[in-house]
Amino acid sequence: MSRVAVRAVQIAVPLVLVTLWYLATTRWGVSRILLPNPVEVLHALGNVLATGEFIDDLRVTLYELAVAFAISATGGVAIGYLISRSGFRIRAYEPLLSAIYSVPLILFLPLYVLWFGLGPPSKIALGASIGFFPVVLSTIAGFGHVDRMMITAARSMGASDLQLFRFVLLPAAFPVIIAGARMGFTVALLSIIGSETLASLAGLGHHIVELSEGMEMARMFAYIAFVVAIATILNVVVSKLEAWGRRRG
Amino acid sequence: MDTAIRIKNVSHRFGEEGEARNVRALLDTSFDIARGELLCLIGPSGCGKSTLLNVIGGLLAPTAGEVEVLGKKVAGPMPRDIAFVFQENALFPWNTVRENVDLGMRFQGVARAERAERAQRSLEAVGLGDFADHFPAQLSGGMRQRAALARALSLQTGILLMDEPFGALDEQTRMILGEDLSVLLAATAKTIVFVTHSLGEAVFLADRVAVFSARPGTIKQVINIDEPHPRKPEFVTSEKFTSLRNQLYAQLHDEIRKTMSAESARPATPGALS
Repeated sequence: MSRVAVRAVQIAVPLVLVTLWYLATTRWGVSRILLPNPVEVLHALGNVLATGEFIDDLRVTLYELAVAFAISATGGVAIGYLISRSGFRIRAYEPLLSAIYSVPLILFLPLYVLWFGLGPPSKIALGASIGFFPVVLSTIAGFGHVDRMMITAARSMGASDLQLFRFVLLPAAFPVIIAGARMGFTVALLSIIGSETLASLAGLGHHIVELSEGMEMARMFAYIAFVVAIATILNVVVSKLEAWGRRRG
Repeated sequence: MDTAIRIKNVSHRFGEEGEARNVRALLDTSFDIARGELLCLIGPSGCGKSTLLNVIGGLLAPTAGEVEVLGKKVAGPMPRDIAFVFQENALFPWNTVRENVDLGMRFQGVARAERAERAQRSLEAVGLGDFADHFPAQLSGGMRQRAALARALSLQTGILLMDEPFGALDEQTRMILGEDLSVLLAATAKTIVFVTHSLGEAVFLADRVAVFSARPGTIKQVINIDEPHPRKPEFVTSEKFTSLRNQLYAQLHDEIRKTMSAESARPATPGALS
């Protein structure tokens, strides 16, 4: 019974919101420039998908995301591993990295635009910087807290450095690192789309701002819905990869 | 006496002299352990018995003195000659019991073809044949220690060092494991050094029991347990057992008192050195 009720609420709330939205634009006289009609938005979305006009912007955004995430994942894991190998380095660097992580790094966007221009490189730099921190912190946590007992046991049985890494350190740290990598991916995606809306020449975020400035509200809403769908799909894919990685680890 | 392990004037200190946390764990300990015997080390907490075990196994370099194993000076782990069984948490939780045993032999350098059969044999020897494909978390504490023992046996070393292997188990599990261990080890010619807190366990398993003094520890007295292996469960209720146990208790009692009074005088003593 309660499960049915939960599901009913989850379906009813969006339905009510869309109905209110519809009524606001048809009956209550809210300006269509501020809030387009949901039916128009649906038509616009159909048109966007049918013409495939989103392809170029989507490609730019995904390219930026892929490069940024590759940089933050490899950099974060490599640097995190090096830090985790000594207690001194963990004590020195871990609080420093945590402190920087809590700064809103989006503040660096103007600087990155100055350095790398309005194109993808500045978005990549921002996404990579922001995505780096969850990865490096989780890598330090993962490698830095392997049970000493297991390391001693492996050493006593003659494990080489490589075997110790492959069969003890890596499997112990892997689930923690992969959770950090997922977090890094999510914040990289958020910061890249966000920065495209602030200063850019292309990408999904850029296109949404363009439509808003051209007062094409229905298309803009359609694009927002499209980006939400893309982000949801990416997050589901990454969660599945994470679950798969945990099982294999 | 055919000597397997020769301990020569071994002392060990944790931390540097003059540091606040420096602890003298072992003081000028010398002792010979014969090939094929089971020696129990018993003593108050922090007396250095585990420290000595780690020095013998090459996991810890002593600050003074040296250990010879089978005529070779110990300078690091000797996986071909020495296997360890630790108190707990030494199995890899992401591997099944069988994979854990296999990995030990892989570290040691055993050829793949030989490993599967040796793993099966050692798992059956400890009674875990049916649990080979379970993960450690799916087993009870006693079964996990059986698995750790199987891993050590599969390495086919002449020497087995056991650091309170049943220390985290309840009394009944401990008793059964002790009986099984006695049967199992009677069939092998291994030299075993077994650290324990339990007087009964020491008398039941050992050929000789070495009693440690309070910290800084050294071997204070050695008691012979002249009883053939494998030990029968009836041994525990015999007159002889009780008298040996009482003798051990008398030896140990004074040392434990000394440790306790030293600890109340200096409550910040690091406790991880037992």
